[in-house]
Amino acid sequence: MYDFTYSKPASLGDAVAALSKDAEAKPLAGGMTYIPVLKQRLAKPSAVVDLSGLGMSGIIIVGGKVKIGAMTTHDTVAKHAGLKAAIPGLAALASGIGDEAVRHRGTIGGSLANNDPAACYPSAVLALGATITTNKRSIAADDFFQGMFTTALEHGEIITEVEFPVPEKAAYEKFKNPASRYAIVGVFVAKFANGARVAVTGASQSGVFRHEGMEKALSANFSPDATKGVTTPADDMNGDIHASAEYRAHLVGVITKRAVAKA
Amino acid sequence: MAFEGIGASVRRKEDLRFLSGNGNYTDDINRPGQTYAVMRRADRPHATIKNLDTAAASKAPGVVAIFTGADMAKEEIGGLPCGWQIHNKDGSAMAEPPHPVLALGKVRHVGDPIAVVIAETKQQARDAAELIEIDYQDLPSVSSTVDAIAPGAPEVHDGVAGNLCYDWHIGDKAVVDAVFAGAAHVVRLDLVNNRLVPNAMEPRAAIGEWDTSSGDYTLYTTSQNPHVIRLLMGAFVLHIPENKLRVVAPDVGGGFGSKIYHYAEEAIVTWASAKVRRPIKWTADRTESFMSDAHGRDHVSTAEMAVDKDGKFLGLRIHTLANMGAYLSTFAPAVPTYLYATLLAGVYTTPVIYCEVKAVFTNTVPVDAYRGAGRPEASFLLERLVDCIAHDIGIDRVELRRRNFIPANAFPYQTPVALQYDSGDYQTTLKVALKNADWDGFEARRAEAIKRGKLRGIGISTYLEACGIAPSAVVGSLGARAGLYEVANIRVHPTGSVTVFTGTHSHGQGHETTLAQLVCDQLGVPLSQVDVVHGDTAKIPFGMGTYGSRSLAVGGSAMVKAMDKIIAKGKKIAAHLMEASVEDIEFADNTFKVAGTDKTKSLTDISLAAYVPHNYPIDEIEPGLDETAFYDPKNFTFPGGCHIAEVEIDPETGVTEVINFTAVDDVGRVVNPMIVEGQIQGGVAQGIGQALLEAAIYDKSGQLLSGSMMDYTMPRADNLPNFNVSTENTMCTHNPLGSKGCGEVGAIGSPPAIMNAVIDALKEYGVRHIDMPATGPKLWSIIQAGQTKMAAE
Repeated sequence: MYDFTYSKPASLGDAVAALSKDAEAKPLAGGMTYIPVLKQRLAKPSAVVDLSGLGMSGIIIVGGKVKIGAMTTHDTVAKHAGLKAAIPGLAALASGIGDEAVRHRGTIGGSLANNDPAACYPSAVLALGATITTNKRSIAADDFFQGMFTTALEHGEIITEVEFPVPEKAAYEKFKNPASRYAIVGVFVAKFANGARVAVTGASQSGVFRHEGMEKALSANFSPDATKGVTTPADDMNGDIHASAEYRAHLVGVITKRAVAKA
Repeated sequence: MAFEGIGASVRRKEDLRFLSGNGNYTDDINRPGQTYAVMRRADRPHATIKNLDTAAASKAPGVVAIFTGADMAKEEIGGLPCGWQIHNKDGSAMAEPPHPVLALGKVRHVGDPIAVVIAETKQQARDAAELIEIDYQDLPSVSSTVDAIAPGAPEVHDGVAGNLCYDWHIGDKAVVDAVFAGAAHVVRLDLVNNRLVPNAMEPRAAIGEWDTSSGDYTLYTTSQNPHVIRLLMGAFVLHIPENKLRVVAPDVGGGFGSKIYHYAEEAIVTWASAKVRRPIKWTADRTESFMSDAHGRDHVSTAEMAVDKDGKFLGLRIHTLANMGAYLSTFAPAVPTYLYATLLAGVYTTPVIYCEVKAVFTNTVPVDAYRGAGRPEASFLLERLVDCIAHDIGIDRVELRRRNFIPANAFPYQTPVALQYDSGDYQTTLKVALKNADWDGFEARRAEAIKRGKLRGIGISTYLEACGIAPSAVVGSLGARAGLYEVANIRVHPTGSVTVFTGTHSHGQGHETTLAQLVCDQLGVPLSQVDVVHGDTAKIPFGMGTYGSRSLAVGGSAMVKAMDKIIAKGKKIAAHLMEASVEDIEFADNTFKVAGTDKTKSLTDISLAAYVPHNYPIDEIEPGLDETAFYDPKNFTFPGGCHIAEVEIDPETGVTEVINFTAVDDVGRVVNPMIVEGQIQGGVAQGIGQALLEAAIYDKSGQLLSGSMMDYTMPRADNLPNFNVSTENTMCTHNPLGSKGCGEVGAIGSPPAIMNAVIDALKEYGVRHIDMPATGPKLWSIIQAGQTKMAAE
């Protein structure tokens, strides 16, 4: 990696200050993406502000809401008894990210801030209609994701917590890239009293997205059969050596059906 | 004492240090005053270097020196040599363009090294390497095997017209053509053997060191054959005599062929260590491994079999294009010729065979031997072709194989493609495999799978390979520029413990255990008192290393010969000590005995006498109990067997799951059944990787798209089934152990079994052939097309 200055502030205020004073400074959460990026010299930050001294970790379930601190690791989310009872699909998603080492370092806040188009968490946050809290404001999931590796976060803005409403049913199904094990298509489905929400990761050129056709069909009838005949245009899909756009578009249907069956 | 000799599944002696993090790999070694080398490599496939400016880089912090191809050329450093010369159909020699250690004027593949930066730290070397300014003029490039030979293709080397390295053949074309003209059936198959990246767990590394006092060079390197590297690098590249050059290959974390070859980095750090008068370490990162380790396979072939009305094979005709990459790696030319075409009889009585092979240069990483080396390409072609014959002429695929097997009573069997098989029993390995796999119960399992919405298929391959390489005179007549004997030095110490110095090299195979077991067996010494030393030219005699499943069949045989000498000498000493005639001395279970009496001396008594020769036949024999033997094999060995795969395909996604895998292999005498089972499992895992997952994909612009673990799919535990592995062995008839070899059979036999199963699963869609790897999207497209076609009918 290239040289940079490193700091590990003890307070959110100090962290925000460290980032705000330097346009080339980058925050570091679990580092499971960013450290490999640095090691391959694909980024050259002036400063890295390590957020691991800020706390912001843990899960609280209160008043029909699940609140997860931004620095909570995937492993903690995967194994939390209360969460497994409240939104088992979210715990299951976390248990399938990366490998053991990644799950013990990687964090929900880091994953969301990075918004990798093949990451798992964005689909859950979007499908569950979660609210992302930062040091400045609360952002609805629908407003947060703005395309590949792009979010509503401003420079110096740090995610502190993610708040999820508890659905009646929810599940995540991932069709893995055979090499990287990221999602080629990952679908999170959630059924609420007022309808279904479906978010798809891995597939689209513009990152995680809500699948309106599926949501309409599943709002009317939350069953695997309801997904039949709902198509996904291949035009917006990614195509690469692992999966053509047509294959991804097809998989969206298959994986949504399987997610509903699992929920 | 528990039995530890031949046939005992003793635990691997080396595993404690490997599993506890105490292995000593090249990158674990640090020499006093060590510097670090980083290569600046080409980021494009084909370009002229108009200007190379190292001035700014030289001034960067910590830089000790920077060298380019021009610096090496000034000292008349040689190019990297090729160890095998193939001759064209017309008798002329193959094209052998220069392979400069560092690029001279041109780069020819992404990853081609251009300059080396040596600095106090690796970080500083990397920083400085980025400061080297290179002014390129891009040239058109070619990366695909087929495109390389097309008219008007960009030429990789000046003076190599049409990118043709060689145009070689074996067999009599006129005779084979005549057989085809009169055959009842001719079955044709076009197929590709996919290009692979070896991906040994340990990336390559090298440390060069020059002793300012003695002027001796030492190279520590990740090699499968340190003496070969010393010979090639010393004699052909750096012009350092053997007495001044030591090559050490310490613990090595996997090779699979990719660490046989002499690589540029080894020559660079050795040569430069004397320039900077300090040790220099280079360690590849994974990205460098992808673009600089020799790749494997990459054949495009057309195969045709002439068949009579009863399904008997009459003649085989093959045309193969083989990709050599941008330069000839050490043994590359041999792979698609003598390690491939000579295997095309397989286990069958096909009386006449003609094979022509054109090898081409492309702007890609050099291609060379990779686990199996030519034999997987042959077995894939043959075993897929046999299934196509069964499909096309309507004979059961198992019955078709049985009808064409070389019978067990026909050995030694002379094939029409040079090899003479010494032993085998293909009907038996087939019969046992069919039983172990419950072949007859498959249709019930298929029906059950259909109920779950899965397409289930079963596939078989009855393969053969040639290993235990190799008889030196034979390979010499075929173009090898090396001998392929092996050597062992057995040193019985004064108290009866033993050190074995072997010319073979273990890089995961477990030689420290298997070879020690030979000593337990023959000399009766407990395993705990036997150590195996390998991998250091300063310690071991001149041996040829490990590849081609040769270490036991060839290296073990050398040990047997050396131990025979130990016993013969021991008998003379024992005869003296027990006042008996040498002819009356028997040796067994670590004990010399006067036949017909109860007079005995242990091996320790004898070894002590040999080193403390107070009461000793000093006029007749020398002191000491230390014997060396060289063994040059009389023939190749011929493992073979039957692999059966059972797969399920999810028609909604096209993804294949391997449900069962049964291997029944004939590997000759088994020394450690547990290690053999592990070797076969590992080979099958790589075969499943090739069949379903792995592909080195270059795009049209010459970039390796599958250039990292994010995009190159290595098989993982969850891609693999539980293996049902067993052996049904016939003994090799020409070496003293009867062993044939087990390191490569898994990778040779399994890909066609997997693909035959995949194609069987899709037979309702009229599928006849699919090229590897059978990925989800590829099979999904085939299923989609099949469903559309069926709906239309």
